[in-house]
Amino acid sequence: MIDRSERIDVPKGKWDRCEGCGHMLFHRELQENLFTCPKCDHHRRINARTRIEQLCDPESFEEFLKDLVPTDPLKFKDRVPYSERIKAQQDKTGETEAVVVGKAYIRGRPVILAVMNPAFIMASMGSVVGEKITSAIERATDEALPFVMVAASGGARMQEGMVSLMQMARTSAALARFDDAGGLYIVVCTDPTTAGVAASFASLGDLILAEPKAMVGFAGPRVIANTVKQELPEGFQSSEFMLEHGFVDRIVSRTDLRKEIGRIIDYCGK
Amino acid sequence: MNNSTSTGTAMASASAASYLEFEKPLYRIHLEIEQLERDQLDGGRDFSKDLKDLRQRLKQMTKRLYSHLTAWETVLVARHPQRPLSPHYLGTMVRDFCEIHGDRLYGDDKAIITGFGRIGPHKVIVIGHNKGRDTSERIACNFGCAHPEGYRKALRAMKMAEKFGLPVVCLIDTQGAYPGIGAEERGISSAIAVNLREMSRLKTPIVCCVIGEGGSGGALGIGVGDRVAMFEHSFYSVISPEGCAAILWRTGEQRKLAAESLKLTAKDLMRLNIIDSVIKEPMGGAHRDPMATAASLEKYFTDSLRDLKRYKVDTLLRKRYERIRGLGSFFEKASENAKEPVESKPRSPSASDSKISVKSGSRSMTGMKRSSQPAS
Repeated sequence: MIDRSERIDVPKGKWDRCEGCGHMLFHRELQENLFTCPKCDHHRRINARTRIEQLCDPESFEEFLKDLVPTDPLKFKDRVPYSERIKAQQDKTGETEAVVVGKAYIRGRPVILAVMNPAFIMASMGSVVGEKITSAIERATDEALPFVMVAASGGARMQEGMVSLMQMARTSAALARFDDAGGLYIVVCTDPTTAGVAASFASLGDLILAEPKAMVGFAGPRVIANTVKQELPEGFQSSEFMLEHGFVDRIVSRTDLRKEIGRIIDYCGK
Repeated sequence: MNNSTSTGTAMASASAASYLEFEKPLYRIHLEIEQLERDQLDGGRDFSKDLKDLRQRLKQMTKRLYSHLTAWETVLVARHPQRPLSPHYLGTMVRDFCEIHGDRLYGDDKAIITGFGRIGPHKVIVIGHNKGRDTSERIACNFGCAHPEGYRKALRAMKMAEKFGLPVVCLIDTQGAYPGIGAEERGISSAIAVNLREMSRLKTPIVCCVIGEGGSGGALGIGVGDRVAMFEHSFYSVISPEGCAAILWRTGEQRKLAAESLKLTAKDLMRLNIIDSVIKEPMGGAHRDPMATAASLEKYFTDSLRDLKRYKVDTLLRKRYERIRGLGSFFEKASENAKEPVESKPRSPSASDSKISVKSGSRSMTGMKRSSQPAS
């Protein structure tokens, strides 16, 4: 589980430095460019609300299951109690959990949308995240709407132990029913889409899109390097790597995402 | 397949290596017994009464030690070098095992064995991780850490089971999926994810058992079904205790505490409603009596399959969905008038147990009672 969430916060100042090339940009310019660098195309991590604002038609997002909050099913013993970790994240982000789900319109097309929030414990998947995603899929099945998932996650939430692992099964089972019902499922892999989330719903899209240079993979690169005792190839576990090996359909720049999703829905959606 | 190498009885040839760290008191008695036996042979004196007493003490102490293993001790027993592996069960519990190889896409992963077989009156497809017994076998099957082709071979076997109306039986025993370059290149995430989805809708009964180590996604990749059981001294965890300790405490030293915190034992997971049954092991662990262990497992599978075969496919799938839907369902609804969605104070047990979950009625402790009492 990687926690580099502090990188997501956008500084308040007027100027901003691109994390990719170090280029100095006006904050407003960066914002207008959807937090991608006009010079090097580096895609900065963004929180769920910013993503929803960028992706959905104005004012069209209608959130559900906003009031679900995590419990501490394991009474997890850690240096910091799990409930305190959660509280700190809630205070920091203003969110109750690491995913936001709801109904929205993307270029006039109605969808059920789930957006994972890398600012919240690196969008690790616990019971509430699994519940919200599973419910969203069931809703998409009932309402016969396309399901769009903007995935980002460091993986399972360790502090919920096996409870978190079971979310992989729950979400995948709901997707099986959605698939049986003929639903269209579009995944957008963003930085980082890894571990338990990669090995469940993020890999089950009818179409899998990915933002450029996002980290997409299963095992942690350090774990792999320790196991194989050799240097990892350049660009290993990136969107481009996954495209090359046939596990991603298209790499789509954030600025084209709305257009691309709309286009796919027109081809496949009912 | 040839499994003569994997069915050795551990207890008969107990040596220092077969005793775990926490079993030192047992090993001391074991040494005393050996010494007396030698003296008896050499000196011709009769120590039979002392020997009887010592053996009795060994038995009692084993029972006492194993009646309340800590989580970390459970991990050690589950990883015991002589613990029975899948090939043992394929050679004893399964009759007439007919192995099938390959995923028809890339290769044949020896970390997962698949094939036809008979368990009790049932013709089945068996899928099981293999960690390997000796060094060469372990290397050949990557210590039970499967690549994508392993999961795809398992899926191919499951689809065949569906086609020919055979139930599927899965034996889980892995540290996790193989963390390597090839595994990523060939889509390990995708392979596991597809198995989760397909197992949830496979039109034939699926019964799984964690026989040793249940390592995260690598275990779950063949671990979704109508019933999931665990052996008494096996464990199932989202991350290894060592890995968890390294991340949270930045040192592997806290692995005992991590093992405790992760709630990875069969008893804990039964309480969390994540598994359906706990299968008892012979006194002192499966490795002390592999044949009795296999008999218990056979009874569990025979009984479960008999129950599940009664359902029509639609009912089976509906019940399976309800079961999966209810797994690990723990959350609260923030009260509408409260400003803070969650209290930071530790909650009382009753409050945090407020669990909203869909449960199928069949989940109970019955498996614990049902499983046969192995001979000690």
